[in-house]
Formats: sequence, C-alpha cells, structure tokens
Amino acid sequence: MTDLVIEATGLTKSFGETRALAGVNLAARRGSVHAVLGPNGAGKTTAIRILATLLRPDGGTARVNGFDVRREPEKVRDSIGLTGQFASVDEDLTGMQNLVMIGQLLDLSKRAARERAAELLDWFDLTEAANRMAKNYSGGMRRRLDLAASLVGRPSVIFLDEPTTGLDPAKREDMWDVVRSLVSDGSTVLLTTQYLDEADALADEITVFNHGKVIAHDTPNGLKRVVGGQRLTIRPADPARYDDLLVLLAHVDTPGGRAPEADGRGTVTIQVDGDEVLPDIVARLRAAGLAVDEFSLHLPSLDEVFFTLTGTRSQDTEEVAA
Amino acid sequence: MTTMTTTPASRVSTPPARPAARPRFRGLRHAAVLAKRTLIKIARTPEQLIDVTLQPIIFLLLFTYVFGGALGGGSQHDYLEFLLPGLLGQTIAMSSISIGQNMNGDIAKGVFDRFRSLPIARSAPLVGAVLAEFFRYLLLCVIMIGFGYVLGFRIATNPMALLAALGIAICFALSFAWVSVWVGMKVRTPGAVQGVMFLLVLPLSFGSNTFVKASTMPGWLQAFVNVNPISHLVSAVRGLMLGGPVAVPVAWTFAWIAGLLVVFFPLALRAYIRRT
Repeated sequence: MTDLVIEATGLTKSFGETRALAGVNLAARRGSVHAVLGPNGAGKTTAIRILATLLRPDGGTARVNGFDVRREPEKVRDSIGLTGQFASVDEDLTGMQNLVMIGQLLDLSKRAARERAAELLDWFDLTEAANRMAKNYSGGMRRRLDLAASLVGRPSVIFLDEPTTGLDPAKREDMWDVVRSLVSDGSTVLLTTQYLDEADALADEITVFNHGKVIAHDTPNGLKRVVGGQRLTIRPADPARYDDLLVLLAHVDTPGGRAPEADGRGTVTIQVDGDEVLPDIVARLRAAGLAVDEFSLHLPSLDEVFFTLTGTRSQDTEEVAA
Repeated sequence: MTTMTTTPASRVSTPPARPAARPRFRGLRHAAVLAKRTLIKIARTPEQLIDVTLQPIIFLLLFTYVFGGALGGGSQHDYLEFLLPGLLGQTIAMSSISIGQNMNGDIAKGVFDRFRSLPIARSAPLVGAVLAEFFRYLLLCVIMIGFGYVLGFRIATNPMALLAALGIAICFALSFAWVSVWVGMKVRTPGAVQGVMFLLVLPLSFGSNTFVKASTMPGWLQAFVNVNPISHLVSAVRGLMLGGPVAVPVAWTFAWIAGLLVVFFPLALRAYIRRT
C-alpha cells in the first residue's frame, strides 16, 4: 500500500441534477498503467479532471503523488501531465510555439524550452509541421501535439483521457507504444478508454466504471476470466446456412458451456478459452461443407463486457438500439 | 505522414529537466509568456486592432467636423484642442470592451484546461491577457496623437506632460479592462459581453466632460459627470496636454484606478476559477 501514486476514495461529483460520480475508489501503483474503462457518461472524464485538479470533488478524498488534490493542488500540478479528450492546444499557435509556451510556463529558460520542444516534436514526428498553426493539423497530429505538450515538464503522473478515440488503427498502435515507453521510464499513467482491447494491451490494472460507480476492478487477465476471455465470430458465406452454423457451434465446448450468440447481423459469436479450439472448429466446418466469410478471434467489446458484468447492455447501445 | 517514430523515451528524458530552484518574479514571467500568446493571436487576426486604429481616427474626424463648428464657437481647430484629450480618455475606455469578449471565447477552448493543470498561478492567464492590452492601448495613443497632429492639434505643455497624460490613460484602461474581464467570465457569449459593456461604457463616456464642458449641463447630470471616472481621466489628460489644474483630477483618476483594481481583479479571478 506504500507506493500508491494515485489514491482516491469515495469521490462524488454532481453537475446540477446529474450525478457524475457516486463514490468512486481508484488506486494506481508507481510505474504502472491504470486503465479506467467505461462507456460515454460513465464518469471517466470527471474522475480525471478531479485528479488533475481541474474540478473539485463534492465528497471523498484523492491524493496524487502523496498530495491532496483539494488542499495542495499546486503541488499536484507540479508533477502531472494532462492530455484531454479534446486536444488542449492553442489552435492559433504553431506546434513549436505551443510547446515553447508550456516550457516557459514550467520555468524553463527560453533556450531550454526550445530544445525540449524540438526534442518532443521530433519524437512525435511533428518536426516538419513545427511551424504550422495547430488549427491546420490533422486530428492525429493534434493528438500527438497535445500529448507532447503534457510531457514538456517530464511529469511523473500522466493522465490520458481517451488518448486513441478517433485515431485510425495504425496511429492507435503508435500511441500505445508511446504509453509503454512512458511507463518504462518510470512514469505512472492513468488512462481512460472505451475499448477492452486497449486496456488489455496497456494496463496493469483495469477499473470499470458505469453510471459513476466502479463495477469491477481487476487485472486484465482477471477481468477476462470474468467476462469470458476471447470471442470467436463466424459469418457463413451463404446466409441460408446460418442455422446450420448455430447448430454446429452448439456442439463446441465453450467455457461455462454458454450457448453461441446469434447477433442478428449475420454472424455467430462463441466464447473460447484460447486458440486451441480453433482447429477443431475448422475441421467441423469443413466436414459440414460450410464456407465462411469471416472467422475472427477478438476480445469482448465494451458492450459484451458490460453485458457480462451488469446483465444489461451499456447505456450507449440502448440509445442506439432505441 | 509517416508513422510516428518510437524512439525509446529514455533518449527523450535526458536533461535538461525543470530547474530545481524557482526563478524570481515567476508570476510576472508567466504572465509575460501568456501575454505573448495573446499578442501572437492578435498578429494573426489584425482585425482585432480596428478599435484602437481606425475607430479613433473616425471618431476624431467625425466629432471634430460635425460638432466642431457648432461647439467650438465657429473654430474647428479650437474644438479639436478641447476634444482630443477627451476623446483619448473615451476611446481608451471603449477599447477595453474587447478583452472581455475575446476571453469569453478563448476560455471555452481546450488550452485553458492545460493552463489549469500547470503549476502556475490561477490568475496568470488573465493577467497575461490584460498585459497584452498594453500594446493595443499604446497603439491607440500613438494613432490618436499622430492623427491629431495631422489635423492641427498641438499640445500647450511639454512632451513630458504628454507622456504622463498617455501613461495615466493607459493605466486607467488597464484597470478598467478588469471590469470587462469580469463580465467576460460571467456571461455566456462574446456578444453578450459586448452588449453589457456598451451599456456601461456608453453613459460613462458620453455622460462626461469629453465633448462639452460640464457647466453647460443641467444640475442632475453635472452631479453624475462630476463623479464619473472618465471625467476625472479626461480632466487629468486635458490638464496635462493643455495646461490648467492637474493635481486634483490626477489624484481622483488614480483613486479610481486603485478602486477598479481592488474590486474587479478579485471578482474576475473568482469568476474565472468558478467557470469550468
């Protein structure tokens, strides 16, 4: 319990009638990546804003690097970096001007601030765009500039609010590499995400939020044990043979003996323990003469995680389905 | 774009780290850095300078030649001498409207989240923005006096007194700007800032001794004119440029400057902190 960099207990926050946080606990060890997983409106951003001292909690306590966010916000700000969901850079300034400004606000000399800015621009592959205004950057470039801006002061605690939302898959992997290298340097990262695969790829521990409450807290493996590990999704080439596929898959051994799920979108999904079961399924498909269009192994989606944890679909999907 | 190079962070994390000792005048340095940000933005959108460049020229032309014949006893030149110091006081107060408008829009942007997460004073972004105004007011003074000279305005005192007059006008505007910043933090849209500030500035600037002597007005209006801070500013500037009593209006002007700062700086700061 000694080396907790982030410690929050019983955090509550309301905005008017809306209860954004209804008593949330969070804890992150030094040098770890902690992921907060949840749908839109679960309270993830509110929690990050409280920990980064942008918002005061209504109740509960939170300490970052040993400093109370309410009583010693200045000291908290000394050691944190924040990358918001909406890039917190000045659009009318160039990439270089943005980073130099932050450096100077962190008491670097103008020269040191320029050097640090150049170093970060280089790292984030923005050197060519250094003298262009941030408003002319693409979404991905803006994200990178934003992250670079939060790293100017070499913070030991880094908050990343949905760092990959809206990025294409290749840029997403790049962002993951950045997060990993930050941690290898000894920083602690708290990130929010809507994707279990992202949390699984990066985090040492995952806290799942729903409606301002923590509904699960575990390691990625622990969480996957609960939600059933990997999923195999199959789409028959001939839609008419959909029912044949359902029957065929019902005979496959699944963890917990759960039945295949028909999703009504032309695919069938079953839970599998690992890839050992795949040759058996392929053999069964071949024996039945069933050609497939899609055969994919993946982690459960946020929606599936929520279905398992709460028994209901996440609120977003309800809205979409309504 | 190529994909991002993933150099090991260890290379990036070599010194220089942040200085261990905090430099002196930290707050002032931060404000200066943030003032520079505002100036860069102004340079990118020079339209923001219309109220301190074209506006004083148009006002000077209009009021001199529309009212001058009637109010100056037939001499437009005499009226210009009377008008210009007053107009300087009026336009400089009016030009402080824009800071609240700009900050109202600016604060909604993400970069203010960044400022709030940095170990700098909460007031730094506000102080920086007001400091940047100094350059706008200076420009206004140069244009007003320069164009006045083209039209035939001459000071009756000396250059030092002129500089003192401009200094007082700029100081007044810098403190009056906090009213605008406060309004900018309180209301929802930039347009509303302008509306509220015009309601405030219009009676203050016209209900003053800018255009005509207070002695020509009815008693109840004189009572208002005589406590109006813009009247004190105008009297001080007029005295310093044209000669005449200076001590009392200068003292009153500084009293107003101090009063505006003491009241509206904390109000603006509190409104900024509460606005999330």
